[in-house]
Amino acid sequence: MSAALDAALPLAGTGVKLRGDGWRLAVLAGLALALVGAFLLNLALGSVRIPLSDVAAVLTGGEASKASWAYIVLEFRLPKALTAVLAGAALAVSGLQMQTLFRNPLADPYILGINAGASLGVALVVLATGAATGFLSNVGLLGDLSLIVAAIAGASLVTGLVIVAARWLRHAMTLLILGLMLGYATGAVVSILIYFSVPEQIQAYISWTFGSFGGVTGRQLAILAPVIGGGLLLAWLLTKPLNALLLGEAYARSMGANVRRVRFWLIAGTSVLAGAVTAFCGPIAFLGVAIPHLCRALLRTSDHRVLVPATMLMGGLAALLADLVAGVPGSRSVLPLNAVTALLGAPVVVWIVLRRDGPRSDFAT
Amino acid sequence: MLESILETHDLAIGYPVRHRRPRLVAESITLRLWPGELVCLLGPNGAGKSTLLRTLAGMQPPLRGGVRVAGADPYRLPPRELARLLGVVLTDRAEVGALSVRALVALGRYPYTDWTGHLTPQDETVIDRALAAVGIAAFAPRPVNELSDGERQKVMIARALAQEPKLLLLDEPTAFLDLPRRVELMGILRRLARESGRAVLLSTHDLDLALRGADQLWLFQPGGTIRVGAPEELVLDGAFQAAFHGDGVAFDPHAGAFKFHHPPVGQVDLVGHDLPALWTRRALEREGFTVNGHEGPRSAVQVEVLNQQDRTLWRVHLAGQRRECHTLSLALAEVKIRIAEFAATIPLSPYSSTPMRSIPDDAIHASDSP
Repeated sequence: MSAALDAALPLAGTGVKLRGDGWRLAVLAGLALALVGAFLLNLALGSVRIPLSDVAAVLTGGEASKASWAYIVLEFRLPKALTAVLAGAALAVSGLQMQTLFRNPLADPYILGINAGASLGVALVVLATGAATGFLSNVGLLGDLSLIVAAIAGASLVTGLVIVAARWLRHAMTLLILGLMLGYATGAVVSILIYFSVPEQIQAYISWTFGSFGGVTGRQLAILAPVIGGGLLLAWLLTKPLNALLLGEAYARSMGANVRRVRFWLIAGTSVLAGAVTAFCGPIAFLGVAIPHLCRALLRTSDHRVLVPATMLMGGLAALLADLVAGVPGSRSVLPLNAVTALLGAPVVVWIVLRRDGPRSDFAT
Repeated sequence: MLESILETHDLAIGYPVRHRRPRLVAESITLRLWPGELVCLLGPNGAGKSTLLRTLAGMQPPLRGGVRVAGADPYRLPPRELARLLGVVLTDRAEVGALSVRALVALGRYPYTDWTGHLTPQDETVIDRALAAVGIAAFAPRPVNELSDGERQKVMIARALAQEPKLLLLDEPTAFLDLPRRVELMGILRRLARESGRAVLLSTHDLDLALRGADQLWLFQPGGTIRVGAPEELVLDGAFQAAFHGDGVAFDPHAGAFKFHHPPVGQVDLVGHDLPALWTRRALEREGFTVNGHEGPRSAVQVEVLNQQDRTLWRVHLAGQRRECHTLSLALAEVKIRIAEFAATIPLSPYSSTPMRSIPDDAIHASDSP
């Protein structure tokens, strides 16, 4: 995280009247600390409560007070917490990119229809295959894996379509409509599939749509982590053109940005980030649209050199907190992750909309 | 030898239409822009001002012919190279989000900075100069979204200046501004052109300002060609009148401005001098009266403007009667009422100049004024 903080330093002298660079550095540092804290809490809390000292011992390669704790932390909670951080950061950053690219405060990574593509893939596997053979009704490891493969296939299909379209289309707005229509079309197909399915299969599909960070194993994490790392790095490389895009594509072009190329990489990066998260964790709603607004409100800037690291940290933090709440510490029950993100996120967005200047001041409308 | 900054040769501009012949907006455009020159692009709505500007800026390929910006083809240059030659201020009111004025102007350094956008001390100097050139150095730390339209427009210009371009293109930069801000902005642009040797090309609807401020006018003519010349030249040879001829308005070459074109209401003699007389004349003309000057009474109604020490008095004479008014509004109302009353006593409509002349001379002169 120190790289992110260093990168914010050259902004000295470009500060806004109310809150300057000192404030921004403090916020970024605070977010980083909170992220670490929430990460440790996620390892400690759950159906079994493990003392932080034991968590630390396990993480540093020592012995925990109970042998089973080491297993819980390393095999279950650590991959889950890492997945949450990666997924939260990925969704928040891709939401920020989409909001800037489309100059639309409601844009999120799923605006391109990736969510819909993954849903269709999963629906096809769960509902169609299930209805035909019934082998998925007793879902095991194989079932989980085929869900992920189906989600990846669906997300990649839509992603590919969108990326190809991004190379051809002149206006970003056309792309937005294309994504929206893809979403409606796949939604309709999913509806038809559901209509002809038996309740058990619908149940399996619905539980996928709830979203979860828990299904990712250490091995899958080895795929997910580099993919998301690459997407985040790409986002960091695009901060300069993203700032130029704040003025709209025409101005960005006039100032020397290669808008078509930038748009292609933005779409590609977002598609990969959101596609990977959706494939492994299900459609996690709300983080993508809410976190960038939260960061803008908190940091009082639209400068992406600040916002990109901030949304990464804030996204990871929010995902950890949502997962913590969804786990209902001290109980054995688990809430749907999507319900938690929406319940926690909606008031935040309402607050942002109602604040004095509102999101209108952040965007061209 | 002085080299032109912008050159077009036999340019045709327009839009490509799929499966059909492109829609031609204007053609045979051969233009040149020199260093230090301020040129205003004028033309009625829809004539193609924005299309031409976009074509010159490398944003909309020409249908035929070529553009040269400082000797280079803007459609072949990499975007970064072009951005160092050409700065653009677009017509849309820019909403920029939560950026400080300085941060926004710093975006103009885009073609010079590395991939992180890091600003060198030299970049900072250029930004300072750009802020100072449009007189917004004091606003530098303020958020752009708290500024007025006029201030915001200056920020966008400063941003274009930070690109250190040889040519500045502005699409209707005065559109959202009130009159004093327009005059101020024109002054700034003139100074920019003169002092830095940049060429400035702006499209505008502000004919009065263009006539007073531009070195050259590029005037869209009916039929899709462009006339080039000094503003006064285009007024004298009637090109101006021809370009903006339309219903209800007409360009008055004497006043150098557009006038409403209503049917004459009647004639009024005006006696008086200085500013009060000047603005009384304007008020009467606005009401549709033809105003006669000092040559002596010729009309049925006479308005006398008396400039006293601390106030102005208007005296309205008609058919031997005299009324004194303390404000111009009252005088104007008086003239209108008098003329209507007078019209009722004679058979013909007062809304033509003929019956006015039929008034006997003594009706005019039988006033009891001194």
